[in-house]
Amino acid sequence: MGLTGQSTGLATIRRISRIQGQSSTDIVVALAGNPNTGKSTVFNSLTGLKQHTGNWPGKTVTNACGWYGHNGRNFVLVDLPGTYSLMANSPEEEVARDFICFGDPHATVVVVDATCMERNLNLVFQILEITPRVVVCVNLMDEAYRKGIQVDLKRLSDILGIPVVGTSALKGRGLDRLKEAVWEVVCDKVKPHPVKIEYDDAVEEALGLLEPQIKALMAGRDCNISSRWLALRILEGDQVIIKVLKQYAEMDILASAELMQKVSEAWDMLAGRGINADQLRDRLISTLIRKAEEISREVVRCRETLYNRLDYKIDDVLTSKVWGIPIMLALLGIIFWITIEAANYPSQVLSAVFFYLEQKLIELFTAFNAPAWLSGLLVEGMYRTMAWVVSVMLPPMAIFFPLFTLLEDLGYLPRVAFNLDNFFKKACAHGKQALTMCMGFGCNAAGVIACRIIDSPRERLIAIITNNYVPCNGRFPTLIALSTIFIAAGATGAFKSIVATLTVLGIIVLGVLITLIVSKILSKTILRGLPSSFVLELPPYRKPQVGKILVRSLLDRTLFVLGRAVTVAAPAGLIIWSMANIFIADMNLLDYAANFLDPFARLIGLDGYILMAFILGLPANEIVIPIVIMSYMSTGVMMELDSLDALRELLVNNGWTWLTAVCTMLFSINHFPCGTTLLTIRKETRSMKWTAISFLVPIATGIIVCFIVAQLVRILGLV
Amino acid sequence: MELLPLHLLPIGCTSRVKRINAHGALRRRLMDLGLIIDTEVKAIRRSLSGDPTLYEIRGTMIALRCEEASKILVERSVL
Repeated sequence: MGLTGQSTGLATIRRISRIQGQSSTDIVVALAGNPNTGKSTVFNSLTGLKQHTGNWPGKTVTNACGWYGHNGRNFVLVDLPGTYSLMANSPEEEVARDFICFGDPHATVVVVDATCMERNLNLVFQILEITPRVVVCVNLMDEAYRKGIQVDLKRLSDILGIPVVGTSALKGRGLDRLKEAVWEVVCDKVKPHPVKIEYDDAVEEALGLLEPQIKALMAGRDCNISSRWLALRILEGDQVIIKVLKQYAEMDILASAELMQKVSEAWDMLAGRGINADQLRDRLISTLIRKAEEISREVVRCRETLYNRLDYKIDDVLTSKVWGIPIMLALLGIIFWITIEAANYPSQVLSAVFFYLEQKLIELFTAFNAPAWLSGLLVEGMYRTMAWVVSVMLPPMAIFFPLFTLLEDLGYLPRVAFNLDNFFKKACAHGKQALTMCMGFGCNAAGVIACRIIDSPRERLIAIITNNYVPCNGRFPTLIALSTIFIAAGATGAFKSIVATLTVLGIIVLGVLITLIVSKILSKTILRGLPSSFVLELPPYRKPQVGKILVRSLLDRTLFVLGRAVTVAAPAGLIIWSMANIFIADMNLLDYAANFLDPFARLIGLDGYILMAFILGLPANEIVIPIVIMSYMSTGVMMELDSLDALRELLVNNGWTWLTAVCTMLFSINHFPCGTTLLTIRKETRSMKWTAISFLVPIATGIIVCFIVAQLVRILGLV
Repeated sequence: MELLPLHLLPIGCTSRVKRINAHGALRRRLMDLGLIIDTEVKAIRRSLSGDPTLYEIRGTMIALRCEEASKILVERSVL
């Protein structure tokens, strides 16, 4: 080590990903591992809340960094994405590999799952081939113990030639020893002698040709990558590594004539023994996997226990033909019910606080003799819109996201994808889209971000574009209110809420159907191409970290979405207030716009004001109904009515029928995504084209669906 | 030796991988999961609508659609 990196460009990836400690003496540690090994639990337990999340530069891969202190030094822990391999098959693997190669970490911790060592060791070998400064953290030791699995850590450490530490991160066990082991590797107290993976003779001979040339090329450069590993990648014909070598280490492999000469010699030699490029890759990976098999046979002892069968038993129920779908619907139903019921009270408190502050703000403006239009614009326009969005949005999200994260951490969500994949496959989509849709119920912007879990680009785009067909928290109140006052109007008592619930459920089912149909159409038209590979791991069920879930989902999801919502709500407040308060003759701008839109809006069963409310409600769906009320009552400020009866009276007096309500509800699930979601789509797809398509596809569906429904009902004379 | 595409392996049966007909990224992904020649695979359960199927591969549970599983050929003799 001992290099500054400034002169070499080696530290580029660290710098551009803003992974730097407070000072140059900070120690950078990379955290790698397979998915579902409890890697994030290790990360959380080591760093607590001293974390920072963002994206890797140029990639929609989450980048989390945390800090901890040990022996008086500050450690920066970089949480790499969970991957099975480092062969750069996906953006996640690319990020992980680039950081280990070029981020110049002082040490790399590889988290492995004690309950399936064999599969996990593959990644350990791949990392050991790059760098010797590795500590293996065998996590989930407690779970392994319950399952009757014993891992001989001492033996594993001897075989691998590097420190191995056993942990149960959920209980905080073994973490101090892990910190100490990292420390010892960093300050060279322990000299790693990593096991050398021997390939077959032909491969070794080819490596022998390349390695001296690569060593010569690397001489004098501050490059810590193993020359053997580089030789392997070049032999494989890995184009990506050649590109990143040039980018981060200023090393141009292709420019070295001697090396290229040796590469073609090596390929000729392999071809002479009947080994082509595909077979070579097979041999390399097979060697690693056989080695993993061999070592795990030596260090792992298994004994059948009852506990082992528990997962099977649970899966027998949760994925059964009879119970699978009812249980899923029931769980989702309970989450919605808790969210809607429990959000009411905090919403009221928040809006009372905001309203009180609004009064104070107006008093302040009056005290300064500010003109009425200014206080109107800033307080009744901007402030009120922002306050509205926050008080309606925050409580349900703060409840929904932790509950959803709970299901995620339990391991239930992959089962949902497993249950529903066939339906999504028929629509040319990915089973994990079921999960991103569920997330969309909380917030479509969060749903769009969740689409990162879908690893195939085409299915991911489908999931992003169609996410808006599931109604988010902001649209639920509209659906519930309209179905209660118009559809369930005839019913009484408990029956009324049942009818209303069924109506909302019907709308959701319709949204899901539309999602599947549109997914199919998209994949057959603008997204044509072969379906991607589908590989889904069902991890064992695990006890979640409840406390951490609360904090992390609040910080990562809720506040993030809220922040974006506020940034779009503020300017929108200005526009809405201006339109409602700038008069030409005796009509305001809103009236003119609504009158202009009215003939078209009537065709699709709405009226000009409703359509205008949807357009002005672009920043957040929560404010659509308040804008409708504002328009009908000509108050000039957004407002809510005290009771559903008052709302019904107002709407009926303005010409609403049950058809208007149905079309408004349909339009609510089939219109452009809100501003926050559009911003997020822009960020996630990095393309204006896909953002525009995500805007146009739902609105086109909405116009078609509402037109058909409105015209049919009118022709049949049902209104 | 007679071969059988993995998606036709009956639930509860274990067999060994003998050939992988996938190419490129899919082949790589399957191998990274530990699916190489002679790897034991057990068919655990089918999804409620018949596809995908869950397989036990080297101690982990991996669901594969029949499109992917049909590219993995296993020994028929276990039947």
